[in-house]
Amino acid sequence: MSILVIAEHDNQSLNQATLKAVAAAQQIGGDVDMLVAGLNAQGVADNAAQVEGIKRVRLADNAAYEHQLAENVSELVAKVGADYSHILAPATTTGKNMMPRVAALLDVGQISDIVAVESADTFKRPIYAGNAIATVQSSDSIKVITVRGTAFDAANASGGSASVEAIADVFNSDKVEFVGEQLAESERPDLASAPVVISGGRGMQNGENFKLLESLADKLGAAVGASRAAVDAGFVPNDMQVGQTGKIVAPQLYIAVGISGAIQHLAGMKDSKVIVAINKDEEAPIFQVADYGLVADLFEALPELEKALS
Amino acid sequence: MKILVAVKRVIDYNVKVRVKADQSDVDLANVKMALNPFCEIAIEEAVRLKEKGTAEEVVVVSIGPKACQEQIRTALALGADRGIHVEADAMPDSLAVAKLLKAVVAEEKPDMVILGKQSIDSDNNQTGQMLGALTGMPQGTFASEVKVEDGKVDVTREVDGGLQTLRLTLPAIVTTDLRLNEPRYASLPNIMKAKRKPLEVKSPADLGVEVSSNIKLLKAEPPAERSAGVRVADVAELVDKLKNEAKVL
Ligand SMILES: Cc1cc2nc3c(=O)[nH]c(=O)nc-3n(C[C@H](O)[C@H](O)[C@H](O)COP(=O)(O)OP(=O)(O)OC[C@H]3O[C@@H](n4cnc5c(N)ncnc54)[C@H](O)[C@@H]3O)c2cc1C
Ligand SMILES: Cc1cc2nc3c(=O)[nH]c(=O)nc-3n(C[C@H](O)[C@H](O)[C@H](O)COP(=O)(O)OP(=O)(O)OC[C@H]3O[C@@H](n4cnc5c(N)ncnc54)[C@H](O)[C@@H]3O)c2cc1C
Repeated sequence: MSILVIAEHDNQSLNQATLKAVAAAQQIGGDVDMLVAGLNAQGVADNAAQVEGIKRVRLADNAAYEHQLAENVSELVAKVGADYSHILAPATTTGKNMMPRVAALLDVGQISDIVAVESADTFKRPIYAGNAIATVQSSDSIKVITVRGTAFDAANASGGSASVEAIADVFNSDKVEFVGEQLAESERPDLASAPVVISGGRGMQNGENFKLLESLADKLGAAVGASRAAVDAGFVPNDMQVGQTGKIVAPQLYIAVGISGAIQHLAGMKDSKVIVAINKDEEAPIFQVADYGLVADLFEALPELEKALS
Repeated sequence: MKILVAVKRVIDYNVKVRVKADQSDVDLANVKMALNPFCEIAIEEAVRLKEKGTAEEVVVVSIGPKACQEQIRTALALGADRGIHVEADAMPDSLAVAKLLKAVVAEEKPDMVILGKQSIDSDNNQTGQMLGALTGMPQGTFASEVKVEDGKVDVTREVDGGLQTLRLTLPAIVTTDLRLNEPRYASLPNIMKAKRKPLEVKSPADLGVEVSSNIKLLKAEPPAERSAGVRVADVAELVDKLKNEAKVL
């Protein structure tokens, strides 16, 4: 068996999510190689070479891969990956965008968002917003898989000494053009990997009030998240949405403030180690999953909490 | 231009599904079914493009058992012009769905195919991308804005870091995210009118596709249950518990 893990990165450094995919690959067993497709991405390849357990790093460095356009990267991955038994990528928006194209090019199915490896061909994955966990078995010759980061402990980022080989293949579709991006700038830790997450819902009433969560977050080294209702209402941007169709988080501590606890929201946070809910409605379903529930008006509780932590 | 919209019949998003006692699958007997919410958004976007005069025709397609025709009728009531039902007994997997859709694309030659980004039952998030690879079309997935101009479409996408905009040459694939639009409700007169709109039924064999799957469901289990914890009286007790009991502060 040999496994190809697709690196997620910003052309400068390797994203933590990749290390989770490497951990899943190691559970499957066999040689693990990593493919880095990017532009001026030597630094990423150097990071990749140091990841413990990686045998070979394969670097495709070309302008066609700068923005991870699915049309280009999928052709590359399908070509390079054809020699492997498994191809794994993190279940991030980049992985979700690109990998199904790889699967279709190889004429195999894709197993999305795995949370456990049972054997080399059998995996567990959540379905129905996490209300059921399916065990699925694939008889495809190449298994194309995306990995849910919260379900695996990151592989060691150092200790490895893989070789780095260049790949010359260039796939450059003329049907797609990168126009631009608006990336959220934040000093706070990344939602997906933060040890503490504080999320606000419709109960926050407006975007301005999210400052209450932000200053608390800064005290705790936390990331700030939101429910869909808060994003839809325009309080905060989309990249903060936690849930079935947003980001999946599983921090040590998750604090839900003014969030009712709809199943679609729970799907994104119920694997957190400790859950705290602050809600003025004692019947709110969020209390059914909270380890500690505080029935209170958030506009009173948040300042008190901040004071208590100072 | 012509738009093809793929819609899926799924469990209603308000229903909390349970697994069967023998853990062979989830129990869908007598549960309320509906259009996948992302597919509703796909229909809405197509209908708006038609209302703006950008599109002339909106065709909807659904693959699955006969009951899918209910969802096709709903789509017709929301403003689609005609429907295609590809009748398949079981729900085929994403690759099979993509192959069937590719055959429909070959017949219909749409300028744009709009799909949901994910179905809320299997949560796969694959079909649109697979169709893109099979047809060679470019893709704008997780779309929160779609602008058509001069044979191109600009798609703003919701990505982990924020938003990204791509320009695709038509024909192209778009998959919808939640904030692309707010779908309308079907009015009673439109529901009545939809009954008379054309709905063609085909079989996978008509489309020359063999439906099979290499991915087998072995078991469906309930997730690890979380039990409700304790209520704390005030902020002081909360902080004390987090520090001394849970030890997370
Ligand atoms: C296809 C689909 C996908 C979805 N995906 C997601 C997803 O990924 N993530 C997600 O979050 N949702 C998702 N949803 C939406 C979900 O169903 C809920 O609508 C949403 O989570 C509700 O957000 P909320 O809890 O902030 O709002 P509400 O349900 O309106 O709850 C607000 C809560 O705030 C409390 N509150 C109000 N004022 C105060 C106060 N002063 N002090 C204390 N408490 C207060 C109220 O008691 C209430 O419980 C999805 C829905 C669909 C159909
Ligand atoms: C518990 C469970 C077990 C299953 N087990 C099996 C199994 O063992 N074998 C098997 O072959 N299948 C099985 N299926 C079915 C299969 O997983 C999905 O139905 C199939 O993958 C369809 O695509 P998707 O849900 O992955 O689509 P996604 O990629 O999540 O959906 C994206 C979009 O694609 C379009 N789309 C998807 N399906 C259709 C459709 N039928 N018609 C029209 N448009 C569509 C819609 O626009 C949708 O919004 C199972 C499903 C479940 C829920």
